[in-house]
Parts: sequence; C-alpha cells; structure tokens
Amino acid sequence: MSASNPNGPGQAPVYELSDVTYRYREVTALDHLNLTVGAGRRVVLLGANGSGKSTLLRILDGLCFPDEGTVLFCGKPLTEASVQNDGFGLDFRRRVGLVFQNPDVQLFSPTVFDEVAFGPLQLRWQADEVRKKITEALEMMEISHLKNRSPHHLSMGEKKRVALASVLILDPEILLLDEPTAALDPKSVSHMIDFLVRARGGGKTVVTTTHDLDIIQDIADDCFVFHEGRITAAGPPAQVLSDVPLLKTTGLIHSHLHVHKSGEVHAHSHLHRHEH
Amino acid sequence: MAAKHGFLERTTSSFVDALEHAFYAEQIARVDGLLQRLDPRVKLLGILGLVVPAAAARSFAVIAGLLAVAVVLAALSRVSFGVLLKRVWSAVLLFTGVIALPAPFVTPGRVVYHLPVLEWSVTAQGLASAGYLVLRVETAATLCVLLVLTTPWNHVLKALRVFHVPAVLVTILGMTYRYLFLVLQSAHDMFESRRSRMIGEMTGRERRRVAASSAGVLMSKTFDLSNEVYLAMQSRGYRGDVSTLDEFQVRSFDLAMLGAFAAVSISALWLGL
Repeated sequence: MSASNPNGPGQAPVYELSDVTYRYREVTALDHLNLTVGAGRRVVLLGANGSGKSTLLRILDGLCFPDEGTVLFCGKPLTEASVQNDGFGLDFRRRVGLVFQNPDVQLFSPTVFDEVAFGPLQLRWQADEVRKKITEALEMMEISHLKNRSPHHLSMGEKKRVALASVLILDPEILLLDEPTAALDPKSVSHMIDFLVRARGGGKTVVTTTHDLDIIQDIADDCFVFHEGRITAAGPPAQVLSDVPLLKTTGLIHSHLHVHKSGEVHAHSHLHRHEH
Repeated sequence: MAAKHGFLERTTSSFVDALEHAFYAEQIARVDGLLQRLDPRVKLLGILGLVVPAAAARSFAVIAGLLAVAVVLAALSRVSFGVLLKRVWSAVLLFTGVIALPAPFVTPGRVVYHLPVLEWSVTAQGLASAGYLVLRVETAATLCVLLVLTTPWNHVLKALRVFHVPAVLVTILGMTYRYLFLVLQSAHDMFESRRSRMIGEMTGRERRRVAASSAGVLMSKTFDLSNEVYLAMQSRGYRGDVSTLDEFQVRSFDLAMLGAFAAVSISALWLGL
C-alpha cells in the first residue's frame, strides 16, 4: 500500500520512499514500502513492537539502506555512497537528527557536557561556538544542572532529555524520534509532549514512532499505521484513532478486564486514559 | 544487606561493591578541597612530578618526606586516612610485601638476625632493599590514588591530552568507563533475577554453568550494544576522526601550585639522587 502526504505547492518532499524492502536475514522488516514525508510536517508512525518502525527511522537517518527500492532525501538519492561523501554526508548529518529509543545507546560520553558537544565537534564547529551552543541546548531542555554528571547517574527522563539536547544542539531541520515517551514517568512524558507540541510552530519536520495512542493527537499532523513491515492505513490522527477495527488488527489496542468505580468488572478496548 | 555465602550472592555483592567504590570516588572528587580545586592538567603534571622522585630517590628520608607531602595533600583535600589505610597502604603492603619478603634473606650483606628454627640470615642490606621497595610503592600509589580520587575520571583522561595522548584513545577510554557501569548493572540485574528464582545452594558444576552462560549472554548484549552505539555515533556525524573539548582553565592558583609541585620535585631529586 502506498501512503503519501502531498506537499504544498513548490515545496519538495523531505523524503520519498519507493518500494522499499529491508530484511534482517530471514525476517522482512519493511515490505515494499512507499512513503512521502513533506517539509514541516509532524508525522507519527504508529505500530506495535516489531512492526518495522525503528528500521524505517534508521533508513531515514542513513544508518542502514534498503535491500530493494529507493530513498530520496530532498530529491537526492540517500545511499551508502552518498552518505559517505564528505559534502552530502556532513550536510545530511547537520540537517537530520535521530533520537534513539534507548538513551543508553546514544549517551556514550563520560559526561552530559561531552555528550552534547559530540555532534558539533564531529561537524567541525569552532570550540567557542560549541561551548555557546551547549549552554543554549542545556538551558532549552532545562538540564543545565546535569552538565557535569555521568549518564549512569541520570534517571530515564533525564537521559531522554540529554539525548534530545545532544541532537537539538545541531538545530536539525528534520527530527526523527524513536519512541520518545517509552519507559518514562508521567512527568517526563509531559515534558516530552510539551516539547513536541512546541515543535509545531518551529518549522521542523518531525517523524515520531510510537504505540502510545494518548499522545498522537497532540504531536501529529499525519499518522501512518504499520503492520508487519507495511503501511496499512494513513490519515489525520482523528481519522486513524476512530478506526477501532484497524487499531485492533494492528495490535495497537486490545480488550482487557478492568474495574470501574461502581465495582463492575468487564472487558472492552481502550483507546486512551479515561475516567468514569 | 545480602548474605555473602553463596556464589550468586558473592557475585552480586561484588558488583554492588564495584558500583559503590566508583560512586564514592565521584563523591570525593566533588568535595571542596585543595586538589579538587586544581586544574586537572596541573594536577596530573604535579602528581607525576612527585611520583618520579619517589621512584628514583636513593634516600629513605626523601621518599618518606614525599609520602608525608602526599599525606598532607590528602588531608587538605579531605581524603580520610581511613580510606588511604584501607585502599592503599594495607593493600600495597600486602602485595609489595610478598614481593619484598625474600629480599632480607637472599640479599648478601651484614647479618643482623638469624631466624631461630630455619637458621636463615637476615641482612641489613636486604632489609633496606625491602624497606625501599615498600616505601616507594606506598608513596607512588598514595599519590596516584589521590589524583584519581580527587579528579573525575573523564577529567583525568582529558588531562592526558597535555601529553599528546591521541584524542581517539581518550575517547575510547572514556566510553569504556561509561559503559563499564552499564554492563556491570546489566550483570548485576541478571544475577539478581536468577537469585530471586533460586532455592538452596548450587553445586560446583551448576556454578560453572551459570558463570559461563552469564558471560555468554553478557558478551552477546555487549556486542549488540556496541553496534547500536556505533550507529548513534554515525548519526551525529562520526566519520572516523574524533575531537574532544574541555573547559579547563589555568588560573594563578594553578600556576602557584604547579610551582610548588615543581619545587618539591626538584628538591627531592636534588637531595635524593
């Protein structure tokens, strides 16, 4: 199935994926996928665990490349050779930032300061500029007090914010977020949603993978539903969320027993948190 | 606190000890003391400047004097003698003592004592050799431990750049230190989870099987992690070369302390050689 999102007049799409297939040995993670992401759009990729969302983000970030099909970034082919090319590669890394699901993967430096400095230093920014931008990035994520701390002393919420700061310091035009609210406490989730909601007016293209249905109406303009490496549905959040059979089929909602305030116990599907 | 009699208990406990040691060292590094206030590069040069005469001096008094300087530095840096006694002096005495033990008996020289039953001779030259070895190692180890305890580990690594240690090596060591804790935590969780489902003692064969399978799982996890970390580095522009950035700043206090270190070092070499 092809899922696309038309751009405004004269605006080139940021990503165009045609017939993309990616396999991990015998397992097909992405199966003849077609997708277009327009500039400045906030896109959510919805799907259960193992549906291929994270693999797609890695392809969009030029970390792995499809076995079949083509990926265009701003009209240019995104291939292993093009990413290794000094001119295109450095420009691509400056314009696209990926925040990994597991922050321990991304926080590989001994301190928060070193972590946030890593990206700009690799892109050969001047030392004074890097120091200034570190201060700004830490202030923006409200983590200045963590500057000299080691990652292993941080909570999961703090780690996620450091991971985000380490990407935002480069001020990427395209932000790829892999399960940004996974394993976070409610306060940290609220911080993350605030950030994603603020991204609405920032002109950035934001692609977020999640299976958290509570947040998508706040953070998405367009939703793509993944199932077994394919896009099975696409549309605005309200439209996707109203399609209960689709959400059940793709493992995004399920029925389970629960207790109501009246003491009654029964099972039905849950779309979001509710009080009654 | 967990009982330490079983294999799993002992292993889990040693993981916790390792984490606690690291945490304690980081706490000391944050205390407001003399060495903690110093620029790490000055501290590294200064401490090295004291270790060299401790290793080279031929005068017992000079080496003892350097040890006294180290003790004063420890006091001014709020590192307790208990920590030095437990972590440095007794440990060094044990290991160096074993190495130095034969010296009084095998070194030729003036006999000062005969062991009653074994009839072995103890020589003055042998005692002096053993004493020098132990004192030298105690002094050098005290100084090095002071450096490590009063400086965050990443600052020690970055300070190595003053000796033109390649940035890539500094980065690799920094990452090793960072992920050591993650792997340690992961190993700890694995053993805790196994402990929670175990009843009774394991046989020797079971212990070996658990140790081997845990090492295998940990190795596999570490391999996956290293691949992911490499991708995360690439994602932020890593292309084979690394650069480091520090916030170190040499002030007049650092220069004064560097001068003091140099004066002590040169005096010790002058008097001790």
